[in-house]
Amino acid sequence: MGKVKVLMFGWELPPENSGGLGVACLGLSQKLSERGVDLTFVVPRKTEAMDRGFFNLLSANVNYKEIEVNSCLSPYISPEKYESILREEDNIYGETLFEEVAAYRKCAKKIALFEKFDVIHAHDWLSFGAGVEAKKVTGKPLVVHVHATEFDRGGGKGIDSRVYGREKEGMELADKVVAVSNYTKNIIVEKYNIPSDKVEVAHNGVNLKEKPVGKNLLEAFKEAGYKTVLFVGRITLQKGPDYFLEAAQEVLKHNEKIIFVVAGSGDMEHQIIRQASELGISDKVLFPGFIRGEELHGLYRSADLFVMPSVSEPFGLTPLESLINGTPVLLSKQSGVSEVLTHALKVDFWDTKEMANKILTTLNHDCLKDCLTENGKAEVDKITWDSAADKCLKIYQSLIK
Amino acid sequence: MPSVCFYFQVHQPFRVKKYKYFDIGKEHNYFNENGENNLNNKKVLKKVARKSYLPTNELLLDLLKKYPEFKISFSFSGVALDQMEMYSPETLKSFKKLIDTGRVEVLSETYYHSLAFLYSKEEFRKQVELHREKVKDAFNYKPNIFRSTELFYNNDLAAEVAKMGYDGILAEGADKVLGWRSPNFLYKPQGENITLFLKNYKLSDDIAFRFSSRKWKEYPLTAPKFAQWLSAINGNGEVVNLFMDYETFGEHQWKETGIFDFLKNLPEEILKHPDNNFATLSEASKKYNEFAELDVPFFTSWADNERDLSAWIGNSMQRDLLSKIYDLEEDVLKTGDEKLIEEWRKLQTSDHFYYISTKGLEDGTVHNYFSPYESPYEAFISYANAFNDFKLRVKNKLKTYEKTKTKS
Repeated sequence: MGKVKVLMFGWELPPENSGGLGVACLGLSQKLSERGVDLTFVVPRKTEAMDRGFFNLLSANVNYKEIEVNSCLSPYISPEKYESILREEDNIYGETLFEEVAAYRKCAKKIALFEKFDVIHAHDWLSFGAGVEAKKVTGKPLVVHVHATEFDRGGGKGIDSRVYGREKEGMELADKVVAVSNYTKNIIVEKYNIPSDKVEVAHNGVNLKEKPVGKNLLEAFKEAGYKTVLFVGRITLQKGPDYFLEAAQEVLKHNEKIIFVVAGSGDMEHQIIRQASELGISDKVLFPGFIRGEELHGLYRSADLFVMPSVSEPFGLTPLESLINGTPVLLSKQSGVSEVLTHALKVDFWDTKEMANKILTTLNHDCLKDCLTENGKAEVDKITWDSAADKCLKIYQSLIK
Repeated sequence: MPSVCFYFQVHQPFRVKKYKYFDIGKEHNYFNENGENNLNNKKVLKKVARKSYLPTNELLLDLLKKYPEFKISFSFSGVALDQMEMYSPETLKSFKKLIDTGRVEVLSETYYHSLAFLYSKEEFRKQVELHREKVKDAFNYKPNIFRSTELFYNNDLAAEVAKMGYDGILAEGADKVLGWRSPNFLYKPQGENITLFLKNYKLSDDIAFRFSSRKWKEYPLTAPKFAQWLSAINGNGEVVNLFMDYETFGEHQWKETGIFDFLKNLPEEILKHPDNNFATLSEASKKYNEFAELDVPFFTSWADNERDLSAWIGNSMQRDLLSKIYDLEEDVLKTGDEKLIEEWRKLQTSDHFYYISTKGLEDGTVHNYFSPYESPYEAFISYANAFNDFKLRVKNKLKTYEKTKTKS
């Protein structure tokens, strides 16, 4: 078989924004290129990513080009912003997003007729329409890749039926569905009624390097004899910050020398700050806001334990970032990353009492902390994009035959 | 020749329940899990008795009746005997029946299936003594041969055991111990005049681990085939030491695998060859001369591929807890409180530390199979919190003890 030519539809690429989708698309694409896949990556609009050394990052052996379709689309709002719109009181996506998705779909048709390829691969619902359209006009096989579902984003509090409909359409019309975890596969099978044998699991990888030490934001607390427990993520229902605070309250009943840090911003921010004072623990909870880059790495490093209490997490990158920075992790079992990380503490997100038990015990035993960190760090090194790329390539080959 | 020496290990630990940080200072029962899970000691013992001990005992009793040449050896941990008394007296009775045939040897070990030898020789000797009393009470039997927890062994242990008056000791026939030599002879520990029995790990593990493995090229293993392998040793070996967990029969290898039929047919197949016979370890020791002295300065055991102590002391969590439990020795004994002392000993059982091993966690191998906990970290959390409660109780007891002492 000659070189496999893939037309890939994405929504974003780093460092355009901090969403995990772009990072995942980039990691996978790079490994597919290494395997000789001829990749054309389509994003809906010209992004600054390309001008900011994005290609340098991939090095010269990466042989894919990016096509911009920005002429069709305006204005662009980042998915993060969409998500914040989504979480506003009336709980709807902005109309512009659907317009943009529709425009992307229309452009995809033109691109598909112009480009030469064997397989179409579309990432998440924002690009599913584009993939479906490309399949319609060319008859080429379609792979849809599910990084998150509407059920994750809703955090158990209802879904937007328009998004659900587009997700379902993509999965139904696809020849193969790729899920980032067994956790996500179960949702696809159960909530979207997709036959189990049509869904393959390809766990995400990471491409993390130890970062130079950032400023230690928690130094003063450390010196005062406090231990610190860290939450990093959007402050929104899906990420479970409210469960984090409930666990914090339980922990503080038994040990007052602990500080809880909630790093991030989001639609639930005010509610969470209010909850902290209602629980009577606001003097022990810090809200440093949205932190990124070196500062974030410094924060990971200075914490004693990282907690990811997500209500529904298709994969979850933050625990891996924490481990790389030498801080052990406590994960919600309702996450994809808990399937690939064995050297981690795990708990059901709703079981805040057990969460507190694990936090307290870990902070009380350095040997537990050290074992989790040392082994976890070594394990993260093995979580690469190679196996996901191998799986996708296999899928392409089976569909081309 | 050769003499086939079967030795079966019977052991069940008192597993520590899911003990939480909040329980410290409030909840003092560590071993009383009563839910539907594998930390429920009563449930586990009853299950193993039903699936393994009782049917295998019945089968062995039949075989002993049918073949006067058939002999076997057993070792029971004291905590296993305790649990049989508590939860399944009929199992203890059926073992007694086997031993009463006079063709079953019982070995000596530490009552609490512990690693005490590594941390406190005094505690080690005490536990061996307690075990002798227990075996005397339960079976009216006085053992002459010693086996250590999970067959851990080195020169020092052999010297200690010889000093205690034993005639022999068991060890793993590990490659690093034997080098070019064969496990199918008797040996002596370096500088000691007692017998060293080495497990033939290949043939033992063919039954214990590989019996039902479809990936194994010898699958399915039949009694005639296995007997043929044993007969092939004639002329270049005198003993074949088949050492394994007794739970192999019916628990690790389920009834459906055909393990009971295999065992049922084995004596007849082995005895078909006129040069083959069976022996207890003591009999073998009398019958054959030791082939050579073996120098084993390092620790070996029958656990994992490493066959060393790494299954129990391989990571810092295990080492931390082990040193902490033995650090308490003086204080615990000083309390004179029998209940505290017994619980302290129950907390020494090697299984607690085995469950905390992080070896091979990623590929989910043998430790996961044998562990009743979700992960080694869960095992650590329960044990460490229970330990902290225990330590607190010892401290409080000592305080009252000191008070009464000054008063009087």
